[in-house]
Amino acid sequence: MSEVLINVDHIVKRYDNNTVLNDLSLQVHKGEVLVVVGPSGCGKSTLLRTMNGLEPIQDGQITYRDKKVDAKNKDITEIRQKVGMVFQSYELFPHMSILDNITLSPILVQKKERKEAEKEAEDLLRRVGLIDKKDAYPRQLSGGQKQRVAIVRALAMHPEVLLFDEVTAALDPEMVREVLDVILELAKQGSTMVIVTHEMNFAKAVADRVIFLDKGNIVEEGSPFDFFEDPKTERAKKFLQTFTFDKVDKGAGI
Amino acid sequence: MPDLGLEVLFKGINMQRLLEGLWVSMRISLISVAISMVLGLLLGALMTRKNPVIKVLTRIYLEIVRVMPQMVLLFIAFFGATRVLGIDIDAEAASIFVFSFWGTAEMGDLVRSALISIPKHQYESGAALGLTERQVYYHIVIPQTVRRLIPNSINLITRMIKTTSLVMMIGVVEVLKVGQQIIEANRSSSPNAAFGIYLTVFVLYFIACWPISMLAKFLERKWN
Repeated sequence: MSEVLINVDHIVKRYDNNTVLNDLSLQVHKGEVLVVVGPSGCGKSTLLRTMNGLEPIQDGQITYRDKKVDAKNKDITEIRQKVGMVFQSYELFPHMSILDNITLSPILVQKKERKEAEKEAEDLLRRVGLIDKKDAYPRQLSGGQKQRVAIVRALAMHPEVLLFDEVTAALDPEMVREVLDVILELAKQGSTMVIVTHEMNFAKAVADRVIFLDKGNIVEEGSPFDFFEDPKTERAKKFLQTFTFDKVDKGAGI
Repeated sequence: MPDLGLEVLFKGINMQRLLEGLWVSMRISLISVAISMVLGLLLGALMTRKNPVIKVLTRIYLEIVRVMPQMVLLFIAFFGATRVLGIDIDAEAASIFVFSFWGTAEMGDLVRSALISIPKHQYESGAALGLTERQVYYHIVIPQTVRRLIPNSINLITRMIKTTSLVMMIGVVEVLKVGQQIIEANRSSSPNAAFGIYLTVFVLYFIACWPISMLAKFLERKWN
């Protein structure tokens, strides 16, 4: 197996007395697409947020290339440049144009020349079909467009790993596709990604490995084929059933 | 055409005296506004802290300013301080002190509410891009806070300018007091001066406050 980029080692996450992640371990390998699924409240978003230090943990540790991921450490900003994140609610900066949203961090943090950063941002925008929006402001874009910009903004930092936190959950159904297509494209290019999603068909298509999380721990793990076609655990079976509907049999049971 | 009493303005240096009075009003309000803006920003940032002691103290301060008429504050600062503390504070300094005391509290509360209205995710998405906490504040939080602050703080500034008319009660000769003096001095020769002078004072206040409102409108439009 290829090298480990992120190592999550027996982490525990608690809010007050509520244990959200309980002694959870996993590894993210270079070039792999890891999809995390599970019922709401199972801790999957929290898990993702621990991986770039947005969420503090109470026990265990997380490392990125042997560097400890901890918001209190000085090198956290370097780690976050390498571990990019895209949020459910896009979180573009409303007071900046699309281009400025994308180039802010490359210029400010990575000290790139404005010209170079802008050229790169434009190339990326072209790839997601939004070059004509570069001078627009976030409020002028649809949800799907905003999310594509948010992905571009993360990509502009040249991260080694990308974390996607339910990036289509806030979108109207007809806009989900355009965002997922961008992520599929990234997968084809061999990007390393950790994706939390409720889109099971997408998960099946994009994942190299699926992790099923419930009550703060990994219940099942495997290839998308194994997990979706032949889940081993009762809990996973039950979870997957919630996405299928039986044909209504009119007249029966009345 | 009825006698509006405007001719008094052109007697002697009356118009010049009114403008000098306006300058006193503007000086008091602008210095107070400047102090209030700076201290208000700091107070507002302080008020978002979770520390319970800070919370209670800032709350008490804000409530005192809210329930106390500005005139009472002026009397306390000017007459009270002289007796109790034995310091002879000049009326204009007392006015600036009271207006800053008032403005800082209200500005602080405006800053606080603007700061907490910035969603937590904005901080996080900045952090996730590798920005330091300081960079997140400087490039993401503060610019958005300032935009949200503009309408309410402009309102506060114009209220502060208008309320300087109270400082004549502690003996500051500002535009309204000058107006009264001119009216008194011309009571027999121009009995209608009250109308002309007060009308002029009204226009002067309008000229002082209107550009500020326009600036606010302009900025709001620019940023929306």
